[in-house]
Amino acid sequence: MADGSPKTMTLTLHVWRQKNARAAGAFQTYKATGVSPDQSFLEMLDLVNEDLIGRGQEPIAFDHDCREGICGMCSLMINGEPHGPERGTTTCQLHMRHFHDGDEIVIEPWRARAFPVVRDLVVDRGAFDRLIQAGGYVSVNAGGAPDANSVPIPKKEADLAMDAAACIGCGACVAACPNASAMLFVGAKMSQLRHLPQGKPEQTKRALNMLNRADKEGFGACRNHFECEAACPKEIPRRVMAEAFRDYVTAAVNRDDG
Amino acid sequence: MTASITESIAAKSKKSPVDYPLSDLKLDAKVPSGPLEQKWEKHKFDSKLVNPANKRKYTVLVVGSGLAGASAASTLAELGYNVHCFCFQDSPRRAHSIAAQGGINAAKNYQNDGDSVFRLFYDTIKGGDFRAREANVYRLALNSRNIIDQCVAQGVPFAREYGGQLANRSFGGAQVSRTFYARGQTGQQLLLGAYSSLSRMIEAGRVKMHTRTEMLDLVLVDGHAKGIVTRNLTNGKVERWAGDAVLLCTGGYGNVFYLSTNAQGCNVTATYRAFKRGAAFGNPCYTQIHPTCIPVHGDDQSKLTLMSESLRNDGRIWVPKKNEDCTKSPEQIPEQDRDYFLERRYPAFGNLCPRDIASRAAKVACDDEGRGVGPEVNGRRLGVFLDFSKSIAEKGRAEIEGKYGNLFDMYAKITAEDPYKTPMRIYPAVHYTMGGLWVDYNLMSNIPGLFVLGEANFSDHGANRLGASALMQGLSDGYFVIPSTIAGYLAGQKPAAAPTEHAAFKEVDGDVQQRIERLLAIKGKRSPRSFHKALGKIMWDECGMARSEQGLAGAIEQIKALRAEFWENVAVLGDNDNMNVSLEMAGRVADFLEFGELMCLDALHRNESCGGHFRAEFQTEDGEALRNDDEFAYAAAWLHRGDDKTPALAKEPLVFENIKLAQRSYK
Ligand SMILES: Cc1cc2nc3c(=O)[nH]c(=O)nc-3n(C[C@H](O)[C@H](O)[C@H](O)COP(=O)(O)OP(=O)(O)OC[C@H]3O[C@@H](n4cnc5c(N)ncnc54)[C@H](O)[C@@H]3O)c2cc1C
Ligand code: FES
Repeated sequence: MADGSPKTMTLTLHVWRQKNARAAGAFQTYKATGVSPDQSFLEMLDLVNEDLIGRGQEPIAFDHDCREGICGMCSLMINGEPHGPERGTTTCQLHMRHFHDGDEIVIEPWRARAFPVVRDLVVDRGAFDRLIQAGGYVSVNAGGAPDANSVPIPKKEADLAMDAAACIGCGACVAACPNASAMLFVGAKMSQLRHLPQGKPEQTKRALNMLNRADKEGFGACRNHFECEAACPKEIPRRVMAEAFRDYVTAAVNRDDG
Repeated sequence: MTASITESIAAKSKKSPVDYPLSDLKLDAKVPSGPLEQKWEKHKFDSKLVNPANKRKYTVLVVGSGLAGASAASTLAELGYNVHCFCFQDSPRRAHSIAAQGGINAAKNYQNDGDSVFRLFYDTIKGGDFRAREANVYRLALNSRNIIDQCVAQGVPFAREYGGQLANRSFGGAQVSRTFYARGQTGQQLLLGAYSSLSRMIEAGRVKMHTRTEMLDLVLVDGHAKGIVTRNLTNGKVERWAGDAVLLCTGGYGNVFYLSTNAQGCNVTATYRAFKRGAAFGNPCYTQIHPTCIPVHGDDQSKLTLMSESLRNDGRIWVPKKNEDCTKSPEQIPEQDRDYFLERRYPAFGNLCPRDIASRAAKVACDDEGRGVGPEVNGRRLGVFLDFSKSIAEKGRAEIEGKYGNLFDMYAKITAEDPYKTPMRIYPAVHYTMGGLWVDYNLMSNIPGLFVLGEANFSDHGANRLGASALMQGLSDGYFVIPSTIAGYLAGQKPAAAPTEHAAFKEVDGDVQQRIERLLAIKGKRSPRSFHKALGKIMWDECGMARSEQGLAGAIEQIKALRAEFWENVAVLGDNDNMNVSLEMAGRVADFLEFGELMCLDALHRNESCGGHFRAEFQTEDGEALRNDDEFAYAAAWLHRGDDKTPALAKEPLVFENIKLAQRSYK
């Protein structure tokens, strides 16, 4: 970041606009001017919205909250890629220095049967919550837990659990997958819990319940394209899906375990 | 409940340029009698219980799904209550607690380094500059131990040592290692733990979750909180919800400054609306400015990013000694020309001194002495170096990478600079609000049936919060305090007393609809964001790190003028039948525009400096905060009297029986 004001850019945006879930949507074209390379992608959209409001037009609706890559609220297909071109980066942390003056950018919502559009670029990801409700937890009530250090957990296992637990639930994996599968998301939660002793007792039951729920919610089957892994802003590794399959098969073979 | 107001004017502070009436409302903190160590146990035993078979007849409305809300909602449901939970995000998992990085304190003493419940209590009271209530803080320290147990049982993947034991670090001004963490994502992991418990209760049908639903007002029936009115953010529908108690777990109001480390949606609406319905607002001026944030880079910036304070364990903070060096790159400035100002001014704590002290020292170096570094924004260089070169040289890059890798990556992503090679630049930013709705020992406000948990209440951190203590408070409130204290209230209430057809609901519903229509009808020219930004600038300049009587009085006038313009000229486009992001934002900004004035009033009335509240008129010769315990050892609780009237002040005296009041010193 050098001293003095950096050069600004002018961009052409093709943005999906759709009034509500029932309305038909279409692309609208807007010019974004005075874009600074230090701005984030969402700050660029803020500018476009300020301009739209100034001209009496309704601003573009998009989901966002933390703007630091952790809440998983932001989304956006940017030129066909979930969260844009940078690896391991959410849209809110994508900076405009990765674009060039004069670029054309196509901005769309996540496209998946399980994620219906609410408005413009906003989709309903409630299906993800329902997947967790199906079994993404340890069944323990508050109070009465044993001392936290009573069960040692090897650092290696704790680290594997944490790698998977880093998932922010944004839905990029589903948006990237040709089958709109939620396998990376489900696998991440299952993997976190299967690497911890606290999660073991319900491991197979969890697999059965979460994967059956994924079916019911309209997520597609995993066909090992691994587009999800490439799109994941938190770089959740594909091994979590292999682990999930294994648990599912075990559960299916050994039904009474569920 | 209605306080009769002594209209005799603020006699106490003759110097104050605003007059405010004193309320004679007696704020009863309901602190149990007996020795500090036994208060909580005794209180739990003395409190009434609700018969297990009757619990499901009671409905509890929990607004918020952060650490406080999610832990409260799931625990109350586990106990058998019928729970509704609300959040404005599309999923409860996205509450702003998710963004906490550094860690959570607990007095486990796993490190055998002399920690104890009493020490955590002591540190918190002292860190809060003797402006918090002893009994609450002690209970927090006590519960801290159970929180870690609970989280581990849920499958929270805390950092571990090679032997499999939990790892700890020292954090934000503590001289013991009591902070538990999950890489740089502690808040995320704790919240996902609470969210998993919440999800389990949703699946069991015991919690009904309402996402993208914003509470816009509180309903009182016969003086008790019995419901809320919400707006569905997807389709604009205004709805009424009846309950036997209402829990506000709606987080902090740092976004009144526009730029802060808070998420974009964080707002004051729920607590401010409750204030307008009679709830006392405690210490609104107590805000925390966090020393380690990435500096402002330009005028169109929308948020400030926190770099975890844990960085101060290995990073050294400095600015050039000479003003003319400020434009040089750090490598060009020789060692003898660098001023490690925290190490110089506070040799005992150095770079680890408390947040308010570290922040103010940076402000002095940049604003007052003109020795800030980095790009010039609006004619000022607001940044200081955070330098890891010594640690990297001594401990090796691998160790530093292991500890802070993700933070270094985040910094590099945002600034396009490599902190392994060149020092980071940091500057203070608004981070946390210690103020909030006033609550008693039971976490109940002065409105019966209205409970307030987490950052939304004023309870535990006094005038300054210690690092890693907010997560602890949210979870203590939700998992361990409210399950006991709510029973004491509900046991005396007939269940489902007021249905949504009650006249009180109709009236509040009408008020909410009218306000929405009014915002949509203005059809002005200026965007809600532009008003928010203008307010933020006033607040940051006059009610930020250093405040003065003259500045605050001026700020109040400026806010009034801005508010008047807002209601004439704000541009809220679209309708109320679809998702409407302008309308959402306008509603929140409208409340900030009133609340900002309340903050300034509180700051103006408090003729002392304490913790995060620094009044330029009240400082020692060497520039340290000067408390005035004789006149200000109280919590200020403000009561609404009407839109055109100055709020009235009620005081809760703070009594220190277990710790001697002393001037903080970190020298
Ligand atoms: C960047 C950052 C880092 C931090 N790091 C740490 C740390 O390391 N350690 C530490 O102890 N603390 C830390 N804190 C502070 C801590 O994270 C917060 O104080 C704490 O998480 C607040 O929790 P909460 O449950 O009170 O509120 P939040 O998590 O903010 O939740 C508020 C909830 O209320 C809902 N809500 C708000 N208004 C409404 C409304 N009107 N209607 C309906 N729903 C509403 C929201 O949807 C959300 O669900 C950090 C804070 C920030 C900003
Ligand atoms: S806005 Fe939170 S992850 Fe992008």
